[in-house]
Amino acid sequence: MSAATTTATTTTNPNATDVRIPLRSHLRHTGALVRRNLLWIRQDPESMFDAILMPIVFTLLFVYVFGGSIGQALGGGQEQYVQYVVPGMMAMMGMSMAMSVGTGFNQDFNTGVMDRFRSLPIGRGSVLFAKIAVELLRMMIATTIMLIVGVLVGFDITDWGGLLAAVALAALFGSALMWVFLTLGVVLKNAQSVQGLGFLVLMPLQFGSSIFAPTDSMPGWLQSFTDVNPLSSLADAARGLMVGGNGPIAQDVWVTVAWSLGLTAVMAPIAIHKFRTKS
Amino acid sequence: MTRIDKNPDGVSSAVSVRGLVKHYGETKALDGVDLTVREGTVMGVLGPNGAGKTTLVRILSTLLAPTAGQATVAGYDVLRQPRQLRRVIGLTGQYASVDEKLPGWENLYLIGRLLDLPRKEARTRADELLERFSLTEAAKRPAGTYSGGMRRRLDLAASMIGRPSVLFLDEPTTGLDPRTRNEVWDEVKAMVGGGVTVLLTTQYMEEAEQLASELTVVDRGKVIAGGGIEELKAKVGGRTLRVRPTDPLQLRPLAGYLDELGITGLATTTVDSESGTLLVPVLSDEQLTAIVGAITARGVTLASITTELPSLDEVFLSLTGHRASAPQDAVPADDRQEVAV
Repeated sequence: MSAATTTATTTTNPNATDVRIPLRSHLRHTGALVRRNLLWIRQDPESMFDAILMPIVFTLLFVYVFGGSIGQALGGGQEQYVQYVVPGMMAMMGMSMAMSVGTGFNQDFNTGVMDRFRSLPIGRGSVLFAKIAVELLRMMIATTIMLIVGVLVGFDITDWGGLLAAVALAALFGSALMWVFLTLGVVLKNAQSVQGLGFLVLMPLQFGSSIFAPTDSMPGWLQSFTDVNPLSSLADAARGLMVGGNGPIAQDVWVTVAWSLGLTAVMAPIAIHKFRTKS
Repeated sequence: MTRIDKNPDGVSSAVSVRGLVKHYGETKALDGVDLTVREGTVMGVLGPNGAGKTTLVRILSTLLAPTAGQATVAGYDVLRQPRQLRRVIGLTGQYASVDEKLPGWENLYLIGRLLDLPRKEARTRADELLERFSLTEAAKRPAGTYSGGMRRRLDLAASMIGRPSVLFLDEPTTGLDPRTRNEVWDEVKAMVGGGVTVLLTTQYMEEAEQLASELTVVDRGKVIAGGGIEELKAKVGGRTLRVRPTDPLQLRPLAGYLDELGITGLATTTVDSESGTLLVPVLSDEQLTAIVGAITARGVTLASITTELPSLDEVFLSLTGHRASAPQDAVPADDRQEVAV
């Protein structure tokens, strides 16, 4: 802090400097806001419906609707498809949760409480970090439920270490996507636009990837898209880690990690800046 | 810590604003505002919708960056020292800025923790303030289930957690019924007793008179008048005597007669032909008596006679010569709040 002394001639001091917020305070603030977001869930348990029902519905839907025919193409049947799609669904969980963090955050902004937070001496990132922490928790719940349903319909967990690695990778990529959607949540006017734009981006990304079906039979132009789609890398990496036997996976893992870090490095500062300067 | 809060005249000022400008594209929400609030006083900022009141409060509470100009609160610069500034202010918005999904107690505890109070102290402070604002019984209910008045009280309680030295109240009673408004006024008066400096925005002359010791009148982003409440009231006619002659044809002659006598307040007598009444500015009880005497002496029969505080409209009429009706869409920030009410 500057050592300037009081003068009687001006009301502002060009050398005035601000204090820094210590790390301990950052953690305390983020913790307090995580508690707030968890209390929201307790107050409004229906907000967990998506995290609980979506993995059940989608897993059953894909396995029983497409399982037979895609499984045949894979050279087996429905059992074969279960092994294929369950790791792929890990990638989908992250995407869907990321979208909900964006809409939730936008709704938060339309109440006066954000003004109060922003008028408090807290690090601007705390509010966003707390959102991401709680959303990752929801993502873990959704992933656990999806795996349980997966096992019930025949998924074989062969490699627990690989499974944990795949979950960690999906969480890393999911948190990167959350920064993207937090930015949209701050920038866009209402929750409907966030959801609308979210779906528009999500649908082609999810289906134009190797999440639900192998890409070999897709037309060439589409394949060139699915090849660079990070969701394909994440799905292939998770598949390799969880069931193995699909050739080298190192490249998919690194591509996913690179996308995650790259997205976070670009989007996190933008999200925090937009949050800080939103009027 | 750098704190410079002396004015040129050596009086401590809690809020100091110089040449503050905020433009939204073509719209000038603030167009060169100067304002000083002395420590421990209550400054009322009076103006119609779209005058720039909310924009001013948002800049002073660091929610909005000014386009130009300087502003300090408790000696801290809004742009250079926002974190230190935030530590010493309390903010209560036009709409209650509490988390509706959180119980009342949790709202206060959360703010306490965000202000770096240790857990135990945050708990005690939440209990204390709920008690103080008569919300203890509702402590465990989500704030969303509160009535309008309870929500404002919770909002006030939340802004008091950090024991602020400067409190911003942005239209604290807009949208409340008269009884609840009185409740909130009582709470604000009690807080001011504790030595906190308050900057209050309002659309009601009555509210300003109840709470503020000094007044700044703003219109279309500019300060158009300022000074002590009494001073300003004198300027705009203190009270207004509203008389309704039984015979409406007497309205105009009576107005001319009273102005001729020169016994009314500084502003001139106005005729409200719609309601068939005459609005006579009065400064003192003696003046009031003299006016009634003069009317009686002239032999005019009155159907009704009341005194009232000048409305915002009348204040504006006497200060600027135009009515206080800025276009609703003039200021985006104010607009947004309108929707949120």
